[in-house]
Amino acid sequence: MDDPNRSTQAKEIDALLPLPAATFHILLALADDDRHGYAIIQDVAARTGGELQMSAGTLYRSIHRMLEQGLLVETSERPAPDEDDERRRYYRITPFGTAVASAEARRLAQLLRMARAAGFSPGRLAG
Amino acid sequence: MKKPACKAEGRRQKAETEAISAFSLLHSSFYDLLLRLYPASFRNEYGGEMRAVFARERRRASGLAVPALWIRTIPDVVVNSAGAHFDILAQDLSYTARMLSRAPAFAATAVLIAALGIGATTAAFTVTDFVLFRPLPFPEPGRLVKLWERTPGYSRMELSAPNYRDWRAASQSFLSMGMYHDTEATLIDGGEPRRLSGAAVSADLFPTLGVGPHVGRGFTADDDRRGAAPTVVLSYRFWQSEFGGDPAIVGRSLRFGDTPHTVIGVMPREFHFPASDVLFWTPTWFGEEDYADTQRTNNWLEAVGRLRPGVTLEQARAEMNVVAAQSEARYPIENKDTGASVVALGAEISDRSRMLLVTLLAAAACVLLIACANLANLLLARALGRRRELAVRTAIGAGRERIVRQLMTESLALAGAGGALGVGLAIAAVPMLSQLVPQTLPLAAAPTVDVRVMLVAVGLTVLTGLVFGVAPVLRSGGAPDLAGLREGTRAGGGQKERLRSALVVAEIVASVVLLVAAGLLMRALLTVQGTNPGFTADGVLTLRTELPMPQYAEVARREAFYARVLADIRALPGVTAAGYTSFLPISSFRGGIWTVAVPGDPTGASDVRRENNVAAIRFVTPGYFQAMAIPLKRGRDISEGDTPTRQAAAVVSESFARRYWPDADPLGQHFTFAFADRVVVGVVGDVMFRGLERVSEPQVYLSSQQVADGAITFYAPKALAVRTTGDAAALAPSIRGIIRSADPALPITELRTLAEMVTRDTASRAVQVRVLGAFAAIAFVLAAVGIHGLLSFAVSQRTQEIGVRVALGATPADILSMMLRRGMLLAVAGLVPGMVLAYVAGRSLEALLAGVKPTDLWTMTAAVGLTLAMTILGCVAPTLRALRVDAITALKTE
Repeated sequence: MDDPNRSTQAKEIDALLPLPAATFHILLALADDDRHGYAIIQDVAARTGGELQMSAGTLYRSIHRMLEQGLLVETSERPAPDEDDERRRYYRITPFGTAVASAEARRLAQLLRMARAAGFSPGRLAG
Repeated sequence: MKKPACKAEGRRQKAETEAISAFSLLHSSFYDLLLRLYPASFRNEYGGEMRAVFARERRRASGLAVPALWIRTIPDVVVNSAGAHFDILAQDLSYTARMLSRAPAFAATAVLIAALGIGATTAAFTVTDFVLFRPLPFPEPGRLVKLWERTPGYSRMELSAPNYRDWRAASQSFLSMGMYHDTEATLIDGGEPRRLSGAAVSADLFPTLGVGPHVGRGFTADDDRRGAAPTVVLSYRFWQSEFGGDPAIVGRSLRFGDTPHTVIGVMPREFHFPASDVLFWTPTWFGEEDYADTQRTNNWLEAVGRLRPGVTLEQARAEMNVVAAQSEARYPIENKDTGASVVALGAEISDRSRMLLVTLLAAAACVLLIACANLANLLLARALGRRRELAVRTAIGAGRERIVRQLMTESLALAGAGGALGVGLAIAAVPMLSQLVPQTLPLAAAPTVDVRVMLVAVGLTVLTGLVFGVAPVLRSGGAPDLAGLREGTRAGGGQKERLRSALVVAEIVASVVLLVAAGLLMRALLTVQGTNPGFTADGVLTLRTELPMPQYAEVARREAFYARVLADIRALPGVTAAGYTSFLPISSFRGGIWTVAVPGDPTGASDVRRENNVAAIRFVTPGYFQAMAIPLKRGRDISEGDTPTRQAAAVVSESFARRYWPDADPLGQHFTFAFADRVVVGVVGDVMFRGLERVSEPQVYLSSQQVADGAITFYAPKALAVRTTGDAAALAPSIRGIIRSADPALPITELRTLAEMVTRDTASRAVQVRVLGAFAAIAFVLAAVGIHGLLSFAVSQRTQEIGVRVALGATPADILSMMLRRGMLLAVAGLVPGMVLAYVAGRSLEALLAGVKPTDLWTMTAAVGLTLAMTILGCVAPTLRALRVDAITALKTE
């Protein structure tokens, strides 16, 4: 039997897919640790080998929307005072955010499988 | 606790912070400026962090990387701030949709009220813009003027041909000048002959107006010469309706009467000159005899001039005054006291039409004002009801800006829906309002809702949304109202009620003004409709049969026709009288003013037209006065015995007799009129041939037989009046048959009952009364809704108080009188300034009131009575509802 709550959540997740690239990257950056904004930018840059330099505008607009969608929460836990800067706000991924990120990853994997089946093989340069 | 990333980051940043230079301050303040593009709520939330991120990036950048950073940052801020605004809008809209779907009655009321206000204003603007504001559809219309003669008693009189030619030659102010006169033609194309309205124009008229033909060519000087081959230019409308827009129309021949005319061109669609009913243009074909000095007092031409660049209207006026004075010096008899009037072509619209339209616009503005006040009140009540919701939102961190924005979005969304509906209403209402467009303007007959009007509608919608959005915002925009969170808090402190009361009072004021204005105009309409025109309109059928010349130039030929037609008509069952006249009163032609010379009268000898020596000329057949029921006061009717060889007889109107023989018996008196000595044989009642609202000159009726062959054929009787005891309109087929059997080539036009003609004369006034009445009714209903809403709300807020009072022994009558006092206070507060403003409005409308005083007791009493009745009704229902709640329940609600 379907759990009605679960199916509601599934619908909510589906409504958000496909995720904008910036949103997915932010979720990835927060997967293992709470981070403040600038740390997210740095993490994304590092993860993509410097390819994706997220701007402050894109970052905070994404964060604003993700907070409203319930993908993130702002955490009140702070690091030790000497490491902290009071201007900084730290963000944490929610269980819903994790579920959405997983769903997006599944969607991408499926897409990748289809691409492979169609003969597009990633990882190799064309020619 | 999780360990935050980038531990070392903080320390390094602090060290760097100390190295801030003036230069970097400049960068950061510019970034701060950019951040202002973001919504305040967003900026408050993330501005600090974004500043920090930017500061880091800037510190890292050096050399050329600094400009590169800015090149990246500026578009980033612009795009993302716009995005953030959009996100909020989308959020607010979806919130609005949710809120409104939960309160459908509120939403529907608000949308309907906004629609009424915006619709009324849009419709009124459409018509007013069309007539008053929009430039005429000619190139450089500001330089086009109309030229008139000015004589004592007549500020704008048509020109005579010789004066036109002299003035045109003598003046320097004009680039070109053209003249025209109305004309008609009978189109014979195999079917029933048809009478068409047109204009005869000089060859330079179209170039003066600056409009060339759509197809073919216009008139040349060669076309406009006496004896030239007949040519005709068609209107676009006629070309489309008659020839389906046939591109091969040029060169075709049309038979106007007996004369074939060659079509040489078609004018553009938007060209309507001199009026919208003109279907064709011919040349004037004037020859030297038309410019003879004997024609100098024959005023019948209209002239249009185009001012030279740099010449002002004032300069042209000054010059024309000099030119007219020279003419007067040269022709001291014919041009005595004759000056020139130069009027901007766009200013030709009558003061009355202008006032009619301005009144309409003002009334619409009143309706809009009331609608806005009503909406503001509605939203205020709602805002009070939503205090708790807003307090909760404030408590969970929504800033003032976000709440204000949300409320504005809500009111704009309501106004937007109302605006869309309102434009629909306006489109539906414009055809009715277009009856207020004077038919004598060079404009299409009916205005349409176009882009300009749409822009105004959008503007009105936004304005409405902002205006009525402001009230609740002012209420909720203050400090976070935590009191709203408390259980059982009663909304509606003194200040809030005062604001709401003020809005309701404003509605009452505006509706009183509209009620009084509509009432005054209604009284004026009744007064005008009650005016005795001098004849009895009921039971009379009228029509015109154009008698083509030269076939009917001989009197005997015409008399034979009249005799045959009248005899057959009089034999019809139910017909009691029938007669022919030159022109019926209140018909399309209301002129024919000739000078009178009476032996012994000081002004008698001269041929000069003055205010007090003129009379309207009409030729009649016997029986005309009975057919019209114009009372014969003295003497006899024109009779069969007034033959061409007998002394020329005249029946004169009472005012004519009074003017010349105040103390003597008019019967048997002689006077010179229309080139002959006439003797008064009868006196009839005066007829308002100029219309019910104008002063008409005295009238002289002459025998249809007593005119020389071929002379004054313009006034040969062609209009028929038939009086019947039965239904006048039902006679039409038999009369048509009789005329056709007398002469099948005669076109029958203007077939209508006399009562219809009288109704037409007051049609624009009737439309105005209907429109203003509708506006007043809307205003009245809106104000009633406002009062009812306010009092219902007040009662609901005071349920507890009422409960306590009842518990302490107050009777329902006490409670009712308490509430009524409150209602009456509102009504009186609105009535007093309302009556004052209504009086001011009435004074400015005085020219339209046909003698009804702005202080008209009947109207004032009705307005006061209606307002009081509306207040009482508004009070009683909510109070009774409150009284049904018993004291215990009321007290328990706390």
